[in-house]
Amino acid sequence: MELISISNVNVRYPNGVNALHDLSVKIKRGDFVFVIGGSGSGKSTFIKMLYREIKPNKGEIILGGLNVAKLRNSKVYKLRRKLGIVFQDYRLLPKLTVYENVAFALECIGAKKTEIRVKTLKAIELVGLKSKTRVYPDQLSGGEQQRVAIARAIVNNPKLLICDEPTGNLDPDMSMEIVKLLDNINKTTGTTIIMATHDREIVNKMKKRVIVLKDGYLIKDYEKGKYYDEAD
Amino acid sequence: MKLIRMVFRGVRDAFKSVFRNFSLSIASVSCISITLVVVAVALLASFNVNNFTETIKKDVTIIVFVESKATDSDLNTIEKNIKKIGNVDSIKLKTKQQEKKELMEEDDVFKSYLGDMDDDELPLKDSFLVKVSKLEEIKDTVEKIKKIELVDTVNYGESMVQQMLNAFKVIRNGTIIIVVALIIVNIFLIVNTIKLAIFARKREISIMRLVGASNLSIKYPFVIEGMVIGMIGSIVPILITIYGYTYFYTYFDGKLFSSLIKLINPQPFVLYVSLIILGIGMVVGMIGSSRAVRKYLKV
Ligand SMILES: Nc1ncnc2c1ncn2[C@@H]1O[C@H](COP(=O)(O)OP(=O)(O)O)[C@@H](O)[C@H]1O
Ligand SMILES: [Mg+2]
Repeated sequence: MELISISNVNVRYPNGVNALHDLSVKIKRGDFVFVIGGSGSGKSTFIKMLYREIKPNKGEIILGGLNVAKLRNSKVYKLRRKLGIVFQDYRLLPKLTVYENVAFALECIGAKKTEIRVKTLKAIELVGLKSKTRVYPDQLSGGEQQRVAIARAIVNNPKLLICDEPTGNLDPDMSMEIVKLLDNINKTTGTTIIMATHDREIVNKMKKRVIVLKDGYLIKDYEKGKYYDEAD
Repeated sequence: MKLIRMVFRGVRDAFKSVFRNFSLSIASVSCISITLVVVAVALLASFNVNNFTETIKKDVTIIVFVESKATDSDLNTIEKNIKKIGNVDSIKLKTKQQEKKELMEEDDVFKSYLGDMDDDELPLKDSFLVKVSKLEEIKDTVEKIKKIELVDTVNYGESMVQQMLNAFKVIRNGTIIIVVALIIVNIFLIVNTIKLAIFARKREISIMRLVGASNLSIKYPFVIEGMVIGMIGSIVPILITIYGYTYFYTYFDGKLFSSLIKLINPQPFVLYVSLIILGIGMVVGMIGSSRAVRKYLKV
């Protein structure tokens, strides 16, 4: 059963750059998919298109029953509530504690106080930061900050978690830990995960489905476990 | 239930946020405060000026003396002609007989002196008592009455009334210009200050949008915050209004220069003015913030 169905999508930026060409791909519920490719290959564009930060100028994106490509600005929040999004730069609020940063996502959508409490603590526990609940982001390592961002992204039990180079700012060990955490989330909660990265080592180790982009074209789509590093 | 929670959270967060972004908020607050103090003074002054004008209007009477040779039908014609001028609120004929009677009732000396006289001998004249509807045009009206045939002299305490009217006109026009200009400048300043406040929280807004906050719930806290800033900004002006005006009123014993210019009693006048100030503060804050926030809500 498909969670995401993308057909013949074309993305052109206002300056005329064509960042994605005639791209079609389907992603199943519960999948873990890597999107890889060199710098400027269109990974971020692909991610942004999924959470409707940008609109494709052609094609169709159906995500959990929502016609994303046609979604009006005022309705984008409906999509965002089904998603969790994680970035390379964490995007935490520096004046809020770990707990408050995670709870923020639920407060924004008007959740009940008790619900906020229960879900927030659960998410923080899941990412392994139970002992740092009252700590501020600047007192955390990069890896820990990314864990907070992940907790915030999954706190509302999203159908889909999309990550744009979540390990881009981290050293290899920490990167591996973060990816293992994502894998664990994928396995325990069944959340579908799409992760853009250019870290071939991680992709090699994880043995997941891999979509390869180059200059805006989808050039390869490896089944789970079929990918091996062909760079060398 | 959800709505109530949202409203409550909005107000709480607005206060939190005002204090979190203290330096920016203090700029908006003082900007509103200064403006509202001036607006308060202007309001107090112009309400009082309106009040003076109303009282004076009730008191000011043009006395039109008619030449002695005028007959009854002449009196009728004169009355008609005066009415024709327009700007006549009321006109009343006071014959010399009535004048005689009034004087005799007032004073015993007059009584003995006037009592023996025939109507023809009386050193009195028939007169019309005219009240105007537009006090500002009284001078013009008087000039026109003077030109009517058989009108002898016209009297209305001109220098005093005219001087006061001129002063009022200057005060009123001045305050209207100042208030309008200040409110415009202020809205402009608030828009910019809150734009800055929003800019400082651009990150927060972008995250709110990311996690699925609706546009309304993104916009709403800022609008409430603008309102809260407006409310806080109106505290000092309201205190100045209440205590300042009451002090002023007591100091001058409720009147200015002469007992003709009565000041409005502070109770409940200052409360009305305070409410107006609070209302202006809140509305200006809300207008400013919703204008500023609109810019950032396009996804
Ligand atoms: N906002 C933008 N405006 C114009 N061109 C852009 C914008 N963002 C990305 N691009 C271009 O689109 C192409 C794909 O970029 P991107 O999706 O960011 O690649 P990646 O994330 O794989 O490095 C690049 O050529 C880039 O220059
Ligand atoms: Mg990128």
